[in-house]
Amino acid sequence: MIQLENVTKTYPKASRPSLDNVNVGIEKGEFVFFIGPSGSGKSTIIKLLLKEVQATRGKVVVNAKDVTSLRSWKVPHFRRSIGCVFQDFRLLPNRTAYENVAFALEVIGKTKAVARRVVPEVLELVGLGGKEHRYPHELSGGEQQRVAVARAFVNRPLILLADEPTGNLDPDTSIEIMRLLDRINRTGTTVVMVTHDSNIVNQMRRRVIEIESGRIVRDQARGVYG
Amino acid sequence: MRVKYVLNEVLVGLWRNVTMTIAMIITITVSLGMLGASVLMYLQVDRMKDFYYGEIEVSIFLADNVNDGQITALEQKLKADPLVKTAVHETKEDALARFKVLYADSPDFVNAVNADSLPESFRVKLKNPEDYDKFSQSYQAGQDGIQRVIDQRQLLQKVFNIFNSVQLMSLVFAIVMAAAAVLLVGNTIQVAAYSKRREVAVMKLVGASNWFVQAPFVLEAVVAGAIGAILGFVGLFIGKVVLLDNKLQALTAILTPVPNGNVWLMLPLLAGVGALLSAATAWITLRFYLKV
Repeated sequence: MIQLENVTKTYPKASRPSLDNVNVGIEKGEFVFFIGPSGSGKSTIIKLLLKEVQATRGKVVVNAKDVTSLRSWKVPHFRRSIGCVFQDFRLLPNRTAYENVAFALEVIGKTKAVARRVVPEVLELVGLGGKEHRYPHELSGGEQQRVAVARAFVNRPLILLADEPTGNLDPDTSIEIMRLLDRINRTGTTVVMVTHDSNIVNQMRRRVIEIESGRIVRDQARGVYG
Repeated sequence: MRVKYVLNEVLVGLWRNVTMTIAMIITITVSLGMLGASVLMYLQVDRMKDFYYGEIEVSIFLADNVNDGQITALEQKLKADPLVKTAVHETKEDALARFKVLYADSPDFVNAVNADSLPESFRVKLKNPEDYDKFSQSYQAGQDGIQRVIDQRQLLQKVFNIFNSVQLMSLVFAIVMAAAAVLLVGNTIQVAAYSKRREVAVMKLVGASNWFVQAPFVLEAVVAGAIGAILGFVGLFIGKVVLLDNKLQALTAILTPVPNGNVWLMLPLLAGVGALLSAATAWITLRFYLKV
C-alpha cells in the first residue's frame, strides 16, 4: 500500500536531511504510528505521501503509484484516494458540519444529491448525528475533529493520514478520536498516524515506527511509546 | 452543480471586494476605450488616404507676367509628362468662379475680389500622388512663368500627422492604463485568493482539480474585463455619436465620416483584449500565490 525506498528529504537551506535514507513498507489495512520528538521528520513523511513535498532521493509508492514521478497535474486526482486529518482540524468556519463535509465532495465533482445521501451517513458514523447544522465554533474540539475525520473519510479513501490528530485535545477526547480511527481502520482503510502522545500509542498496541533525526530507530509490530 | 458553484463564487468574489472591482472595471474601461479610439483613428486615416489621394492635385500657380508662349509650353510639357494623369489649365475667370463657390458663405469677401487678383494656374493630377518629389524637380518656381508649386498632399499630410500623433497618444495612454489595470487585476486576485485561502487549502487537500480551484478567480477577472470592454465600447459609441455626428459635424466634412461598422468592429476587439488580458493576469498571479 505504502512503500518508502531509500527516501531522503533535505529541505533547502537545512544543514541535515529531515529524512535520511528511510525504508518503510506498510500493508493494506495496517494501523501505523510514526513517533519521535519534534523535528525528527515525522510530518515530512505525511507531506511526502501527499506529494506536498518532493523527495530529494529515493522512491515513494502509494496505492501502487510512484508518487515521486507523478506529474503535478495528476496530483489532485491522486489525493482523492487519501484522507487527511490535522491537529488544527482545518474546518471552514463559515460552514456547518454538514456543509464542511459536503464541500469536500462537491469540489471533486460529486453532485448535491450524492452529498445528501452520503454526508449524513458519515456524520452518523463519527458520532455527530443531530449536530449536522452546527458551525465549528458551536462544537467542542473533539467534535470539530470528528467533522474533520468525517470529511477525510466521506470519499472512502484507501488511506487515512493523521498528523497529530489529538494534539489539541484532552486525554479523554483523544481516546474517543482514537476509537473512531480504529473503527475506520476496521473497515479496511490503512491508517498512518503521526503523534507524540505516548498514552495513546501505549493503549492502542499497534505497529510503531520511531524516527529520530530523520532515521528509523525502531519498527515494532505491537509497540509502545518506549 | 459545478457551473452553478463557479458562477456563484465569481459573483460573491466580485461583490466581496466591490470597491476594488469598481476600480478595476474603471481602469479597464478607460484603457480599452482609448485602445478602441486609437484603432478607429488608425482605420480612419487609412480610409482618408484612400479617399483623398484620388482627389488631390498639385497646383502650379503662374506668375502675373506669364505670356501665352510659356503657358502653351508648360501645358505641352505637362501633357507629355509620364507622371501626370490629367492637367487642366485654370484661367483667372475659372479661378474666380471657383473662389465664389468656395466662399459662397461670405459674399462681402467675394465682392471684394476680382478676377485679376487671382492667379492663373494648372491643376495637375498625378498618377501616383506619392510621386510628387520626382514631379516637382522639373517644375521649379521662378522658371517658365511658374510662381509657386503647391502639393495638396503636403497640406493633407499635416492633417494626417496630427491624426497620427493623436492616435499614438491615445495608444500610449491605453497602454499606461492597461498596465494599471493589470496591476489592479493582479492585486484583486491576490486579495481574493487570500480571503479564500482556507477553502483553497481544503480543496487542494481533498483533490479538487486545478481548474476547479482556479476557475472562480480567473473568471472573476474575465467578468471584470468583459464589463470593462462593454463599457469602453459604449463610451466609444457615445463619443462617436455625440462628438463626430453632432458637435463636430463640421469636421466630418473634412474627415470623411466614421462608418458605424468600424465602431461595431471594436466590440469583439475590446472584449477579446479585455478578457484575455485579465484572464492571463489572473492565471499568472495564481501561479505565484496559489502554487497549484
